[in-house]
Amino acid sequence: MTTKKQKTVKWGEEPKIGWVEAMYLPAIASGVATALKHAFSGKPTTRQYPDVEPEIPPNYRGVHRLNRDEAGRVKCVACYMCQTACPANCIEIIAAPAPKDDPHWKDRDKFPETFTIDELRCIYCGMCEEACPVDAIELTSIYDLTGMTRAEMVFDKEKLLSVFDETSTTGKDPIRTHRGALGPASEEAASAKQGPPPPGRGRHG
Amino acid sequence: MAKVIVNDIEVEADAKDNCILAARKAGVEIPHYCWHESLSVVASCRMCLVEVGEKKPDGTVVMGPKLVPGCQTPVKEGTVIRTDSAKVKTTQQMTLELLLLNHPLDCSICDQAGECYLQDYTYKYGKAQSRLDEPKLQRVDKYHIGEQIALFTDRCVMCTRCVRFTREISGTAELQVVNRGSHEEIDVFPSEPCNNKLAGNVVDLCPVGALCSKDFLYKKRVWWLKNAGSVCTGCSTGCSIHVDQNEDKVYRLRPRENPLAQGHFMCDEGRFGFKYIHDERRLKTPKVNSSAVIDTNAQKSKTNGTSDLNFADPWLEVLSVTRTKIKEAIKTDARGFVGVLSPFMTLEEAYLLASYLKGLDKRVRLALGPVPVVGKDDKYPKGPKGESPAQEKVKFTIRAEKCPNRLGVEAILKHFEGEVVTLEQVASKGDSTAWYFVGGSSQGWVTEATDRAVGKPSLLIVQDIFPSPLSERADVLLPSATFAERDGTYVNHSGLAQAAHGAVRCPGDARADGRILMELAERKGLFNAVALRKEIALNVPSLSALAVGDLGDHGVGVAVAKKEVVHS
Repeated sequence: MTTKKQKTVKWGEEPKIGWVEAMYLPAIASGVATALKHAFSGKPTTRQYPDVEPEIPPNYRGVHRLNRDEAGRVKCVACYMCQTACPANCIEIIAAPAPKDDPHWKDRDKFPETFTIDELRCIYCGMCEEACPVDAIELTSIYDLTGMTRAEMVFDKEKLLSVFDETSTTGKDPIRTHRGALGPASEEAASAKQGPPPPGRGRHG
Repeated sequence: MAKVIVNDIEVEADAKDNCILAARKAGVEIPHYCWHESLSVVASCRMCLVEVGEKKPDGTVVMGPKLVPGCQTPVKEGTVIRTDSAKVKTTQQMTLELLLLNHPLDCSICDQAGECYLQDYTYKYGKAQSRLDEPKLQRVDKYHIGEQIALFTDRCVMCTRCVRFTREISGTAELQVVNRGSHEEIDVFPSEPCNNKLAGNVVDLCPVGALCSKDFLYKKRVWWLKNAGSVCTGCSTGCSIHVDQNEDKVYRLRPRENPLAQGHFMCDEGRFGFKYIHDERRLKTPKVNSSAVIDTNAQKSKTNGTSDLNFADPWLEVLSVTRTKIKEAIKTDARGFVGVLSPFMTLEEAYLLASYLKGLDKRVRLALGPVPVVGKDDKYPKGPKGESPAQEKVKFTIRAEKCPNRLGVEAILKHFEGEVVTLEQVASKGDSTAWYFVGGSSQGWVTEATDRAVGKPSLLIVQDIFPSPLSERADVLLPSATFAERDGTYVNHSGLAQAAHGAVRCPGDARADGRILMELAERKGLFNAVALRKEIALNVPSLSALAVGDLGDHGVGVAVAKKEVVHS
């Protein structure tokens, strides 16, 4: 954590894969071994959900959150990149000029007046997270999303910010590996320990 | 004509062309910021630097020792232009790196992103990295430039297109460059904002996101917008425009270059005057006899209470009732039936209505609706004291006649009626018993005098977009469409027939006039402007130039223009 900037992106390391692992044969063998072990061990292997909650990896793609910047404002700049990238058309943003008279918003030009995500329509592909140039939208590891009505499942800006507050205080911050490289406009990319990956190392490189 | 060789491609260029235009003819793009076809040349952005040489009559090619700005270099017979050499490409990269030195790279919040020449040229000709280690200069945004214009100072590349526009085209000279070197900025004099009637054009002229329209600011990202080529209906100049829409909402109008109509620009009156398209007060439901609302959907869902998904068409009944009523009225008193054609109608609509009514009975009279004239023709560039320029120096005119198609409708009227009779002339005779009014104006066109002159006819049909005293007591009310919602042809002040294409759908149950009239006249098929134009060309000799059907982007001249009416 830097002194000035509050980091919202947590970096993780991908395991390095050697040529043995790249063949996938050891993984297949160990998978078959596990299956055989369970088949003949005689012990039940049913997961006791919801009594015992499963361990969700931090790079899981669950409910979205909208990050706050160091001043506590919504980090989103309403560039519509996520809405453009979204293959399910579940994001809807209405942008507005930032209130220039308000000293709190002085250094910002544009902000999302409304930001809604239809969590039912979303396919949790993570494209919005990848498209975001300022790391404002992230997918958390919250997986047990329930609701009584459809309207309840359409998350607005406040609700998405509250997901940030909840996950950032409980240490459930989502994790980024260098596969989900940050855009060049991201502050985090420069301050991240390893920096953004060199060109050609990303998912599409 | 001069033979010019651009990257080994031989083209015939005009002797007046500069290198950019000559290269364009060869299909080669020379990137440029400061040069604009209708503004003077300053050659200040250095983006169009190219290698220029000459092919001697004996076949040897001699290239100039240094690069020259393509915008400033005229071509002649045997000029050789190279834009693909390593020298040119390196220079382009360096120029872009310098232009981007202090650029904030805030594309994510910039309205221009998606149609920005900095983005496009950097992608095509630039290099990805900047070598600047110093912090970038930060400048204050200026929201005081004009009522409709905001300046994001740090995005500016100092091409001074906007400054030259206000000096050369509008003549008002509000904008200027202040400070020097890398501290140069565009600004206005204190308390002299850029609010002239052509001010909106500087936003289009700005090749980057520095000058933004406050009206469009942050409303929509441009890549969501789809555009349709249309014609501005604000005055009889008939500027070619793009109607930019998304999900049936019009977000902005932009001028479409048309040397035959208005050139590159349009006035703010037209540019920002489209808001009435989405006005809440628009007429949306067809009605018969005012009291008896034929809203089949509402009635059905009220009676059985269950089905909200009943999409019965209210128009079927309204139009068949209208047809019967028109026929009855004509049978009783054919001479007393008056069709009033508005100068806001397209040629096709005027033709459909005129031919339908005249086809029922030759004695039916047709009249021209009120032609709105406001003030005088407003000519640009203005002189230093705001005076109008001499006729030969006029670069842009906002005309006093605030309707798009008076000449076209008059041509139709002359064909069917023999002469152009105005509404006042018909009304003053006082022998009319039934009226078919077509409106279409964004302003209230029904004056008290009109209302009184119409009196209490036996049949009053009103086809309009806004409620008026007439529409309130109409026996039949047909909600129609604005210019953005319909296809058709408008004939401007000089007799140029331009095709307009619909961009959005009508609100509620309103329909495009052409569709209403096609069904009213029980013509086969759907409304098709191209087919109708061909039919008009066959039947109306003065409009025979429409026989081409597709008028293209620039339109075709028709032989209806008489001596131009100048309101001054």
